[in-house]
Formats: sequence, structure tokens, C-alpha cells
Amino acid sequence: MSVTRINLTVNGSKEVVDVPSNWTLLQMLREKMALTGTKNGCAAGECGACTVMLNGEPVNSCMVLAVECDGAEVVTVEGLVQDGQMDVLQQTIIDAGGVQCGFCTPGMLISARALLDRNPNPSADEVRAALVGNLCRCTGYIRIVEAVQTAAQASQ
Amino acid sequence: MATAQTKETTYIGVSKPRVDVREKVTGAAVYTDDIQFGAALLHARVKRSPHPHALIKKVDISKAKELPGVRVVVTGQDFPYFTGLYLKDRNIFARDRVRFVGEAVAGVAAITEEIAEQALDLIEVEYEVLPGVFDAVKGAEPGAPLLHPNLGDYEVPNFIFPVPDSNIANHFKVRKGDVETAFAEAATVVEHTFKVPHVQHVPIEPHIAIAQVDGDGNVTLWASSQSPFAQRNLIAKSLNIPESKVRVIAPLIGGGFGCKAGVTMETIPVAIAMKAGGHPVKFRLTREEEFYTNFVRQGLTAKVKVACDKNGKLTAIQNQMWWDGGGYTDYGVNITRAGGYSGTGPFNAPNIWVDSMCIYTNHPVGGAYRGFGMSEVHTGIVQVMSMLAEKAGVDFVDFLKMNVIQEGEKVLTGMTMHKTGIKDCIEKVAKEINWGVKDAPTAPNRKRGKGIAVMWKAPAMPPNAGSSALIKLNEDASVTVMVGGQEIGQGTFTAMAQIAAEAMGVPFESVKVKGPIDTQYSPYEWQTVASRLTWSMGNAVRNAAMDARHKILEVVAEAWGEDIENLDIKEGYVISYASEESISLKDIVVYGIPREGYNGWVGGPIVGSGSFMPSYVTGLDKETGQGDRAVVHYTTGAQAVDLEVDLDTGQLYIHRAVSAFDVGKAINPDLVRCQIEGGFVQGMSSAIFEEMRLVEGVMQNPSFVDYRIATTMDVPAKIDAYIVEAAQDDGPWGARGVGEHPMVPTIPCLANAIYDAIGVRVPNPPLSAEKVYLTMLDNGVVK
Ligand code: FES
Ligand code: FES
Repeated sequence: MSVTRINLTVNGSKEVVDVPSNWTLLQMLREKMALTGTKNGCAAGECGACTVMLNGEPVNSCMVLAVECDGAEVVTVEGLVQDGQMDVLQQTIIDAGGVQCGFCTPGMLISARALLDRNPNPSADEVRAALVGNLCRCTGYIRIVEAVQTAAQASQ
Repeated sequence: MATAQTKETTYIGVSKPRVDVREKVTGAAVYTDDIQFGAALLHARVKRSPHPHALIKKVDISKAKELPGVRVVVTGQDFPYFTGLYLKDRNIFARDRVRFVGEAVAGVAAITEEIAEQALDLIEVEYEVLPGVFDAVKGAEPGAPLLHPNLGDYEVPNFIFPVPDSNIANHFKVRKGDVETAFAEAATVVEHTFKVPHVQHVPIEPHIAIAQVDGDGNVTLWASSQSPFAQRNLIAKSLNIPESKVRVIAPLIGGGFGCKAGVTMETIPVAIAMKAGGHPVKFRLTREEEFYTNFVRQGLTAKVKVACDKNGKLTAIQNQMWWDGGGYTDYGVNITRAGGYSGTGPFNAPNIWVDSMCIYTNHPVGGAYRGFGMSEVHTGIVQVMSMLAEKAGVDFVDFLKMNVIQEGEKVLTGMTMHKTGIKDCIEKVAKEINWGVKDAPTAPNRKRGKGIAVMWKAPAMPPNAGSSALIKLNEDASVTVMVGGQEIGQGTFTAMAQIAAEAMGVPFESVKVKGPIDTQYSPYEWQTVASRLTWSMGNAVRNAAMDARHKILEVVAEAWGEDIENLDIKEGYVISYASEESISLKDIVVYGIPREGYNGWVGGPIVGSGSFMPSYVTGLDKETGQGDRAVVHYTTGAQAVDLEVDLDTGQLYIHRAVSAFDVGKAINPDLVRCQIEGGFVQGMSSAIFEEMRLVEGVMQNPSFVDYRIATTMDVPAKIDAYIVEAAQDDGPWGARGVGEHPMVPTIPCLANAIYDAIGVRVPNPPLSAEKVYLTMLDNGVVK
């Protein structure tokens, strides 16, 4: 498999990576860049566990080829903590009790962050719609939706 | 035996924040697939049977072995030993026969997953296809194709009853009173047959395991596991090596719900690693494999017949159950047993007849799933009670209050029921849902209804399933609690920290409970299943904490020349009620205390240990199912929903769901509510959406697109969770478990509400829009 050199920004740092051309962004993050916070739940674009922000948009990183990310800006769950400060969403999801096993949480947080970036004050229905692609088998979602709304209010 | 405490508590009954959560929201939490093994890692893939039932005539691996990059190829011939949690009916790879589509026939390890996958195509397997069993009821009949001709020779514990020369892997019976006479004399009788389909657990983290075997044959397995100790035991058996040669390390787990209990795919990388010359071997299930090659929830056919007198008082319950166990029933046999000894649901009647049969079929293998058979059993028993109450002209809530099991009454197996808050649970949910008040639909094309359901469940486990805990104190007086039970999302590490803090008298913040669970260093725990940890492991932790506390006080008593009775530990200080002296734990728990005038030292590093094992569970008679105490206890509860049915589409809109469970004592009330909410949604998802569509043993919908689970868009706006506390006599502070229970009553609760709304019953899940709509069409509710 041919290897391609790509340049990209991940969580604010410039990176140069040699990556096999058939690898997904998810594989590259987890296996080349030691960013294992992003999870693999299906590798088929169906669960949202692998959600990252690609140029500001939430995407299933298992469905994006790494080589397509040349020049891109990627934010993963590890990038939500800045200067030791958690994103407000990370605190509100803790406070709301929206984390159980935690496997869906990184993807859930990225989808929620992307939502709040484009819509700082979403309704409950808008939150639900934004998170519909992030499956969670543990929590029943209600507390997660609450956490996103609380974060929105806290940021007003 | 621990006893319920009444004295004021600091950390019990308090919603402390979870101890495992910061790492989970920052991506720092380590799950099995996050561990890095470097360049030496090999990747495993498995050749699987395309046939539901066939003899293996020949397996040719020669071409696969020659593919560059392939390092190991193994088949069933390499591993002849049997394993299984209860009934030992499985090999690691099929040997002479395959019994379900997806069964492992051969395994490959290669330097990349792609090469391993290519090698699978080069393995040639010759089969002779056999007729299959695709229906449990038919499979139990004489003359059905036999799946396990050697059933009579398998190793089995003395409480499982296989029927040799049949497909019946376990037949559990209860015979009490005389049901036939009771039916003949009853004022009202109802009979109905219910069917519950196979469903899948669907943890968001698929199964994954990495194995490494050193030159001395020591096996290390890293696995996403609810059961590191049971796996150590079962893997050792399946490879015929001693337990001490197997070490299982279980990091955090991304959801289990039972499918990561017992042992399934974890043996495969171990088997391959034994031939991999020291290389670690990683095996990760694809999402498709996750759906049908590992444990599934068994299907159930239940023929239920019940009767009452003219006042609505139950006189007889008969429940005949055929469990679709799949190709192997090593775990399923005990689900069947649990289904049997709880086969009346939480109802009491003088005359009872239960048959619970686990049938081999050529379907995926049944295993533990949150509730361990109880969702399936309650689907029938609760609906049939609702039908009986209506026919007898008794309001269902009145009927429930009249007929649910009460403290002091004998349950179906003869055990005396302990204190239970089930009536409080019923009253609570009935009140909250405004039972008896018919609310108007919110749109003209909708009908509105309410449903209510009750449940019970006992931990299903061997009679002597044990727990243990170790506590060590560190220089800074922080407390490390070591346990072998797994944090699977339920919050057990947090509850254990609360228990240790309370029992020792130290600040909650100073207590650390952390994974991974490591069979080499962690104390023994049977399995993280059965909602047993808060109760069983909680007792072990409490005992360990009291042991550590006692050791500290002994040291101080000696150093100070005081009576130990006058000493106490409060917020990290030892205090004396007599001399009013106090000393910080920091000064003493590692270094001890100098004697007066520096005349030597007392004490040393403090380590506490504790364990717990129930000692009172008895066997049950094979023919009557009667005995003194079949189980440790029953957790009970009730649930109610208010919903609407869309007459144009059959779609359900759940306005509100209310649940109440008797947890004995909530160690952490908010974590209990999290279980109740999440459990309701999982139950709702299985009730409305989920079904493994099996055609001649082949699953038709093995993806999230075709096997839909609940999303953010499907959950009700409001789920209310109420906690009832009727203390458990041998639980820590009276606690008993509740992890599984919240999803148990949900199917019949929704089915009863749909009936209330549209006036016709849709008895069998999934209660999909399509099925509800077609039922309405067939019955003239809509045209
Ligand atoms: S892993 Fe990418 S969507 Fe599931
Ligand atoms: S918390 Fe377990 S999948 Fe969401």
C-alpha cells in the first residue's frame, strides 16, 4: 500500500504524517498519533463514537480517508481541554450524570461542541437532532441533552 | 454476616460525583483497544461457518499458511478441550460439526488485519450440511435433528438438568399444588402464548481481546471483560493449563450488558497466541461479528395460563417456556433456570406449574443479557395478568396489589419472601402516572393510553459466588481500594469508594478505586453480572474497610494505652472519646507510632482485607423445584408509561415513563436514577425496535442501519425514577442491586399501554410502528 505524506493541524498542533493511502482518519489518529480518545464502535459510519471535527464540522472519522485531510484542521476530544481547562460541555456532562461507560462520550462531546459553535442557544429538539448520529447504549440520552443545554446557558 | 445499619451516615445515601468520569470526558480513559502493543503485534481474524448445521469433513489450511505475512493458522483439531460457564459444551474452534452461522472454524494471525482477512479466503472447509433446528418448540420434540448427540456426557453442575438424547440442555420444573383442579374451579382463566425474539446487547465498544504467551507458557490476556476471574478459569480449562498460568487484565469497558461475561471470543486470541512465539495477538470483532457470532439474548416462546377467583385473587399460574438457546448453551442453561425459579413473576398463587426448557437450536448462542431472562419472562406473565384482571373485571392496579408477593409468603420455589417494597413501588408509579384518569390525546389522529407493569429479579449465579476486597493505606493517608469487580458504566467504583469511606471514617475524596482489574493483583470476584456488586462486593469492601479500621485503632490503642472502644476514626483522624486526644492518619498508617519516650514503635503499613460469600443458598428438588432458599434475594419494582399511538402510522409517542424500584438502600441515589433511566431506554429500545431477524439461522440485519437501537430522537421527554428502600438484611447498609431491573418490566408496560390506547393487544415485541399499524388494520381500529 502506497504511503502518502500529509500536513494537517490536530488540536492546534501542526503535524506531518506518513500514512498508507487506504487508512481512515480514525486509524491515523488512533494508530499513528496516539490519540486514542476517539473511539471505534463500528468502522462503518453508523455509531458516531469516532466523531471528530474536521474543519469545524463533525464527521465520522471512520468514513474519511486520512489522505483527504491534507491541509485540514482536526479537533478530537483531547483538544477540548485547553490550558488545562475543560470545555464547559465536559463539566456539564459530568454534572448532569451523562456519562456511564464513557465509550460514546468523546464523540458525543465533539458533536455537541460543533452544535454549540454554530448554534449557541439550541432548543432541546435541536440538541436531539444534532446528536442523533451518536449512539449511546447506557445513559438513555436525556441527561446528555440536558448537559448540552446547560452548557449553552452557561456560555451565554 | 453484615447487618443493616441504622446509625447516621456521611457518605451512604449521598449522590457523590463519579470517580471515573474526568478521564472519560477527556479521552484519557484507557479501554482495551487503546493499549499500544508496538510493532510485534499480530492481528487475528476468524474463518466462520456459513452453515447453521453441518459436519466438518475437511479443513485445509495449507494455502493460507503460505500467504506472506501470515504467522499462525489454527483449527479445532489443535484444541480438543471443552469449556463453558455452566454446561461444558463448547470448544474454542468447531471440531467436527458447526452449529450456528458464524461459528469459528479456524483462526489466523498475520502482520496486518488485511492479510489475516485475505488468508481466510485461502482456508478451504468441506462441509456436509445437516437439517437444522430453527424453532425451540419443534427442537424439543422427539425426532428433531440432534445438535449434541453427546449431551449426556458433558460436564455440568448439579443444578442443571440436561435431557440426554434430546435437544433439551436444561429442564427446570416447579410443581406446587394442583393447577389442573384450580383451573377447573376458577372463576376466570386466561391463556396466551407469547414470543420474544432474539435481540443483541449492542455495547458501543465491540468485543476486543489481546493475548500473549511467553516461553514458559504463561498467558496474559487483555480483554474488554465483565469477568476477568471467570475468564481466567474458563480459558485455563479450555487449554488444559492451570489457572495460575493465566493472567487476565481488564481495563475499562465500553458497555457490556452481559455479553462480556462468561467467555466467548476471548479464547480465540489466546489459542492463536500459544502458537505465535511470544507475539501479542489482537482480535477485535467487527460490528457485524458483534451482532451474531457472540452471545445474543435468547428467544423465548412462553405458554402462560393463569386463573383467579371471583374477587380477582390468583389461584393458579402455569408457565411453560421454551428458550431458544442456540448452538451452545453453556451460559443459557442457567438463564433458563433463572427463568424457571422466577417463572411466576412477582405474583403469588397457591397452585403453580413451571417448565423452563433450554433448547439447542441452530441459532446464535444465547448468553447473559441485562436481566438474565427476566425481560423475556415478564413479557408474558405481566401481560397475561393484565388480561386476566380485565376479564375478571378488576382494575389492574387493584389486581396487582392483591396478588403481588409479600413479605412472609412463600415464593414459587418454597423460599420465604423477605421484606420487599413492591407495593410501594406500584402505588408510587400509579399515583405519578395518574392511573385511572384517561388523558386526552394531543392530536385527532392519535389515541392515548397508560400501562403499568411490575417485576422481580434475583441475582442468578452459583450458590457460592464470592467477592473479596483489599484496602491499603498510603503515606498521605489516602486509601486504595482494590476490587475484582468491573466498572462497566454502572458506577460501582464510586459506590465502593463511598462504602470504604463510610466504613473507615475517612474523607470520600481520599479513597481511590481504579482499574484495570488484574487477576494477578486484584482480589477475587466471581463476575460483574446479576446486579450483585453493590450487595456482594459492597459487603467485601465494607468488611475490608472495617478490618483496616480495626487495625489502625489497635495500633493507636496500644500506643496510647487506651481502650479501643473509646477510639474512633472521623474524617481522617483517630480520636479518643476518653482522653480527647487526636492524631492524623497520615502520621501513623504507614510508619506506625513511636512508643512513649521513643522506646520502640507500634504498628506499620496498614492493609485491610474482607470477603463475602452467601452461605445459605440451597438446592432445589429436580422434580418439584422446591427448596429452602433458591436465591439470595429478589429486587422488585414497577413501571408505568403514558403514551400515544399514531393512527396513521402506528408510531408510539411516549409522553412519560415512571419507574420505582426497591433497592434496599441507595448507596448513591443519583447513580441509581441513572440506572433506572438508562435501563428504561434500553428496555424501550428492545421493546419497540429490536429483533434479530433470523432466516434459516442467518441474521438478516447485522448492522446499525438494519438493527436500529434508540437514539436521542426516540426517548421520552421525561423519565421519572423513584427509589424505594426496604432494607436487605445482609446488604451493606441494607443495599441490594438494581443494575438490570429497570429494563425488565418495559416490554409488558408498553404493550399494556398500547392496548389501553387502541383496544387491541400487540403482545409480541418488537412493538414496531409497522406491527402496531397492521394490528390496528386487522382489527378494524383503522381502515
Ligand atoms: S466508528 Fe465511525 S461511526 Fe462508528
Ligand atoms: S455511556 Fe456507554 S455508550 Fe454512552
